Amino acid sequence: MAMFDAFRAIVLRDLVLAMRRKTDVFSTLFFFVIVVSLFPLGIGPEMNTLRLIAPGVVWVAALLASMLALERLFATDHEDGTLEQMILAPQPLFVLVLGKVAAHWLATGLPLVAMAPLLGLQYDLSVPALEILLYSLLLGTPALSLIGAIGAALTIGLRGGGVLISLLVLPLCIPILIFGAGAVEANVSGLGEQGHLFMLAALLVLALLLAPLATAAALRVSAE
Amino acid sequence: MSARSISWFRFSSPATFYHLAGKMVPWFSAIAVILIGVGLYMSLFVAPTDYKQGEGYRIIFVHVPAAWMSMFIYVVMALWSGIGLVFNTRLSAMMAQALAPTGAMFTFLALWTGALWGKPMWGTWWVWDARLTSELILLFLYIGFIALQGAIDDNRRADRAGAILALVGVVNVPIIYYSVTWWNTLHQGASVSISKGSSMGEVMLITMLIMTFGFWAYAIAVSLSRVRSIILERDRETTWVSELPEMQVQ
Repeated sequence: MAMFDAFRAIVLRDLVLAMRRKTDVFSTLFFFVIVVSLFPLGIGPEMNTLRLIAPGVVWVAALLASMLALERLFATDHEDGTLEQMILAPQPLFVLVLGKVAAHWLATGLPLVAMAPLLGLQYDLSVPALEILLYSLLLGTPALSLIGAIGAALTIGLRGGGVLISLLVLPLCIPILIFGAGAVEANVSGLGEQGHLFMLAALLVLALLLAPLATAAALRVSAE
Repeated sequence: MSARSISWFRFSSPATFYHLAGKMVPWFSAIAVILIGVGLYMSLFVAPTDYKQGEGYRIIFVHVPAAWMSMFIYVVMALWSGIGLVFNTRLSAMMAQALAPTGAMFTFLALWTGALWGKPMWGTWWVWDARLTSELILLFLYIGFIALQGAIDDNRRADRAGAILALVGVVNVPIIYYSVTWWNTLHQGASVSISKGSSMGEVMLITMLIMTFGFWAYAIAVSLSRVRSIILERDRETTWVSELPEMQVQ
């Protein structure tokens, strides 16, 4: 099988698996919705305050939700031995990793992006700001999945894997949080969001290049 | 290879390095005690009082070297991790493992002394300044490294997983630093600049350098003695450990 066929096969397989276990997809999505809805209850219903914190709240919630989903990225494949077969496969491991991350993002990241404008409305964001929120999440969440995959690969089969992944990955995700939430804030305050979006795109490209290699190395270590 | 040149790979064996480290620890401990003693005396009694900040500024003689060491040790840790991955040497990973707690300690010390300095100077314990924030993130990276190694029971896997994490971290550190700086300059509200307008006096600079070398010697002494413990712990089943004189006491 050529490289791209293997990539496509993995994406399709993981998407089918995700569709058969819809609870995984929906639990991540509802975690995101619940976290975002908790903030007004904790802070108070003043719209001026909420409008100010909206970009940060939505972005932090998206970050936490994607951490939550990461635990299962390699776990089931590790349990039934599929992961070992992937490592032994003739195709380069990082291509297969890229396929797994792509499917994972389509199943758990994309619903978050689609849901975010609706949550932004609860915080009274303007339509242009909602649009920027959508773009920033569209650029940022794939990078979160890519970086998170490194943590998921390092912690396969460990006690308390979920908490450990967050501990390892959250500090590394800080630049994406800064530029993602920053883009929306810059739009709201009238500074112009382009610089932030370009930085997000640059981080995504960098993550796309380097993260699958690190993940592949981590998988080899963990599956030994 | 001539007979006089040292074969560095000889010391990559834990059994050889254990004795070398044992010989080096007292020397570096002595250097650390002398330099830190002299440095503390100079910073408390010799260095002149700052005309603007009064006596409170003297804490920077601990703060700045600690902050330097915290960043330097992370880079050294990543370097040992890289060597360990490339050459597959056990000792390199042990060195990285031994350095991590010392690095985390210096990061914490830098944050702590920074807070103590900030209270009289800025009137607040904590400011979301770019340097403070990135130092805090560095502490998180150290904690992640230590937690990952602690969670893995198999030593070899812990070594290599930690090495990958340290390398990923070291690639990320400049990105984090610059994004935090940019984030900070865009939120001018609470920002207080640490950089002082005037250049530092000569006595102050010399004191700071003495403290830095003292901390350096301390870090070497502590991590070498920690690596000796790690070697003993991992090689406890081997003959060479059971034949050590310090093991014959019981």
